[in-house]
Amino acid sequence: MTHDTGPVLHAKGISKFFPGTIALDEVDLRLEPGEVHALLGENGAGKSTLIKCLTGAYQRDNGTIHLDGQEVSPQSTADSQRMGIGTVYQEVNLLPNLTVAENLYLGRQPMRWGLMARRRMNAMARESLAGYGLDIDPAEPLTAYSVAIQQVVAIARAVEMSGKVLILDEPTASLDRDEVQLLFSVIRQLRDRGLAVVFITHFLDQVFEISDRATILRNGRVVGTRVLADVSQKDVVTLMLGRQLESQVHDRKPAKAGETLIEVENLGKRGMLDPLSLALREGEVVGLAGLLGSGRTETANLIFGAVPADQGRILLRGKEIPVSTPREAVKHRFALCPEDRKTEGIVGDLSVRDNIILARQASQGWMRPIPRAEVNEIAERYVKALDIRLASLDMPIRLLSGGNQQKALLARWLATNPDFLILDEPTRGIDVGAHAEIIALIEQLRSDGMALLVASSELEELVAYSTRVIVLRDRKQVRELSGAEITPENIVHAIAEHGTPAEEGAR
Amino acid sequence: MIGPKHSTFKRILPQLLILAAALAINLVVFPDFFDIDFRNGRLFGNLIDVLNRAAPVAILCVGMTLVIATRGIDLSVGAVMAIAGATSAAVVVEGHGWVTALLAGLGAGALCGLWNGILVAVLKIQPIVATLVLMVAGRGVAQLITEGKILTFSNEGLIHLGAGVVAGVPTPILIWMALGALVIFVVRRTALGMLIEAIGINERSSRLAGINSRVLLVCVYLVSGLCAALAGVIVAADIKGADANNAGLWLELDAILAVVIGGNSLLGGRFSILASLIGALIIQSVNSVILLSGMPPEFNLVIKALLILAILVIQSPRISYLMYMLRASGPQPQPDTAPLPKTQKEEAQ
Amino acid sequence: MKLRQTLLAGAIAFAPVTAFAADLTIGFSQIGSESGWRAAETTVTKQEAKDRGITLKFADAQQKQENQIKAIRSFVAQGVDAILLAPVVATGWDEVLEEAQDADIPVVLLDRTVDAPDDLYLTAVTSDLVHEGSVAGQWLVDEMDGADCRIVELQGTTGSSPAIDRKTGFEQAIAGHDNLQIVRSQTGDFTRSKGKVVMESFLKAEGGENICALYAHNDDMAVGAIQAIKDAGLNPGDDIKIVAIDAVPDAHLAIANGDMNATIELTPNMAGPALDALEAFLADGTTPPKWIQTESKLFTAADDNQAIYEQKKDLGY
Repeated sequence: MTHDTGPVLHAKGISKFFPGTIALDEVDLRLEPGEVHALLGENGAGKSTLIKCLTGAYQRDNGTIHLDGQEVSPQSTADSQRMGIGTVYQEVNLLPNLTVAENLYLGRQPMRWGLMARRRMNAMARESLAGYGLDIDPAEPLTAYSVAIQQVVAIARAVEMSGKVLILDEPTASLDRDEVQLLFSVIRQLRDRGLAVVFITHFLDQVFEISDRATILRNGRVVGTRVLADVSQKDVVTLMLGRQLESQVHDRKPAKAGETLIEVENLGKRGMLDPLSLALREGEVVGLAGLLGSGRTETANLIFGAVPADQGRILLRGKEIPVSTPREAVKHRFALCPEDRKTEGIVGDLSVRDNIILARQASQGWMRPIPRAEVNEIAERYVKALDIRLASLDMPIRLLSGGNQQKALLARWLATNPDFLILDEPTRGIDVGAHAEIIALIEQLRSDGMALLVASSELEELVAYSTRVIVLRDRKQVRELSGAEITPENIVHAIAEHGTPAEEGAR
Repeated sequence: MIGPKHSTFKRILPQLLILAAALAINLVVFPDFFDIDFRNGRLFGNLIDVLNRAAPVAILCVGMTLVIATRGIDLSVGAVMAIAGATSAAVVVEGHGWVTALLAGLGAGALCGLWNGILVAVLKIQPIVATLVLMVAGRGVAQLITEGKILTFSNEGLIHLGAGVVAGVPTPILIWMALGALVIFVVRRTALGMLIEAIGINERSSRLAGINSRVLLVCVYLVSGLCAALAGVIVAADIKGADANNAGLWLELDAILAVVIGGNSLLGGRFSILASLIGALIIQSVNSVILLSGMPPEFNLVIKALLILAILVIQSPRISYLMYMLRASGPQPQPDTAPLPKTQKEEAQ
Repeated sequence: MKLRQTLLAGAIAFAPVTAFAADLTIGFSQIGSESGWRAAETTVTKQEAKDRGITLKFADAQQKQENQIKAIRSFVAQGVDAILLAPVVATGWDEVLEEAQDADIPVVLLDRTVDAPDDLYLTAVTSDLVHEGSVAGQWLVDEMDGADCRIVELQGTTGSSPAIDRKTGFEQAIAGHDNLQIVRSQTGDFTRSKGKVVMESFLKAEGGENICALYAHNDDMAVGAIQAIKDAGLNPGDDIKIVAIDAVPDAHLAIANGDMNATIELTPNMAGPALDALEAFLADGTTPPKWIQTESKLFTAADDNQAIYEQKKDLGY
């Protein structure tokens, strides 16, 4: 780090109001040249709002932004890009059907005689990407490469167009460990070239690995800026939450000898999942482990009837039941919290209240509306029990933060009094506090006698709450672990037994 | 906590203001606009005409609002009007009573709606394409029923539906108001409204929550078909004849416009039938301005386009936001509750 | 062109004069059945052919020119003796008409004309829209006989040639009669329901008692307007004189009932004059004039409208 010049970017007293809320309250952020600066906070703490104010996506209501000592006021993201602030989001915002080179130079293509000089552009792209340690063919379409490489292309584009500040919003969320390392080496290079890099993520390990300093936000205010070499992870988490984090790892109680509730026999669908059998007892949590694409989500969807199976059967308390649609599954008191909250879970424009009551109302049928007083009672009960933070039950659910959306979805299913709850990645993309609460809730539901099937890519988490773990690989069940066998090492071993030794998303 | 009554009023306030403005323009071009007297056993006046002539579009937009709420659209309603009118006319001409004729017309509409619903919900054809089929073919079907001529009838009972009066009030006014009230009641007093909105906003989530979206979608198109049939019977009754070539011609567009003027999004989701009904009255008020102004007919479409454009511009998000800011700029934007535990405006991730 | 005319003249000279009407086969390409009048024209044409012992090959084009072109080509291929064509549009006929001419098959246009050299067809049988309007205007001039009269006008579809011409003819007829004045004019789109709606607004805007006569560009709008006038508590045909054009059966019925005063016939019998001309031409080469104007007959209460209604109602109107 060099400090002989002033900060690259200095934001002072940034405030942003939304009707009824203060999203940002006098926030300061100082970025030195040649540093990686982490921006931390629970979902809803104000990270995204701050970034949007800096990049001109939102107009701030108060405060100043100085870039290289000059006061600036970006009116749009294009504006801020010209000034030198580039942003790369988790969902790569490039054009998948264009080539790598076209994506890099879109809007500023090298031209010759009024035509695009394709060969020269490809050569420039190859050279530019080589600087990031990538040796790929820039004439290939972007989709030919993994998300990590697409991410680097997006970074290269942002750096070439801007070149002073680079904001990375959750860049590692969908990357595996090797890919994260690739990305980090790129980030280090850029830091050494004197760029200021803002790094936003939920993964604290990664924060400590790559970042020099961190600014921590809570409830729209800055609660501290720390040099990370001087503090521990626990200190940072305490700042983020404003309280000590309870130990995430619960003692695993032995499985109660409940009745067998669900038996899945040879359930499968051609091209999607090889026949799979499992049995669940009341008061049992069965974990589904495996890499992305190993069949975790597919298993959940087939059992719930979200995708009709083409072989096998499902027995409930020993009797075969048809489950070819979610509607039938719900009738038998099944419930599924899907992995993709946005497209399969929430109904964004409906109120939180309606979202919570939706499944229960659907199972009662439209003719028998749940009385308003009862609806309110149910919604308020779960909002309190799950600590869902909201301004009003009438607000659209899409305005809630990720963790609160997830809790509202849990509330939706708990309101149907399910016997069997399937959770697909229940803690993905949510903040540390909500994470711990959801794990505690799983434990509590289990001890109340519910049967749960939980698919997750977070091994420690699976180890914490599962009474048994089923390991999947290549859409096949490869191992079942129970009791003392359930350790992260064993799961990784089962996953890697014959295939590639890769882990996914493990913290 | 905002009560339901209050929020309904707030929802339809823009439409009410536009309606008031449209009626005010009528008053400017024709000073006696609000005069109503009693003549020949019926209320007689321009305001009555607006209410009466709004009937077809008002009835259509009840069904259309529901269809649009599911993120669909029903282009066939104009043609279904022609089919239903022709069916009813053919039945009374055969010598049956008006009740049989009405039921036959509604039955034809229900069949058409069912057809659309199956194409959309079961065969998963895009609504605009699926309903286009009947829009094009339906008028031909109606022409087959009437054999290409205006099928005139003299059954007093059937004529009463379109041209009669009850206690001095033209029957179509009573019909559309009753239908609107009935559907609003059913939709809001049962869970139907919420489930329809859920499907329109996110069909996949709704299906996974156990909603029977397929049946619900078919029902919604069925209701739209029934509404179109009722409108078709009224239009035929009004002129004592089924005019397969012209009945309901382009009315699907007016119905969609009424829904849009009612502030409902074509992308589906939250809807207000009441606001759509006011939208239908706004359209008819605009038509009334054209008729009363005495301008040469060459200007009809230009006047209508300008007025509708003005209405849509006033309702556009940008302008609404400006109005909101203007209103808010009076007192400082104080948060009306104590500091909240969290900011709510940020979406996940 | 010169060559073709010479050839045509030659063809006419050698035309088989032995053709008997009974042997004739004639193709008829009809637009479709978009209106009652069109349906009646089809019925009457078939009837006329039958009465004359002519074999009529009928083709319904369903409003599409390409269907009409196909039909004509097929008539040519079948070697018909003549073709009747009611063209759906005015342009794009040159090629197919030349093909018919090359095959020595005379073509007679019905009801509408085309933008093609007039040597490509034998003759066109149409009504004169301006004349229809002026007959209506003249009737009102005579009826009022100098008394003051405020007239409201229901126009046809804005911009359509019947609307323009019927308006022009009516205005020409009443020009110079200062007692007659058109006070409101709005389109009723040729439909019954729009006729009723627009008449309702006329009655309010002007006050029913201030309107002395209604001129509608077609009978359908007049029939709609009659209901509006009744709803306003006035007596159509008496309090407000009504004159319209087309003479459809419902108009005759309205006149018979005293609800309407006059209608001018747009005859559906275009085929009669057309077949007369064709028979003469095929028999001895008599070349008809290029335009045969049909009669625009005025019907009033003086005619036996009930009888005419009974006679016309089954024609398909």
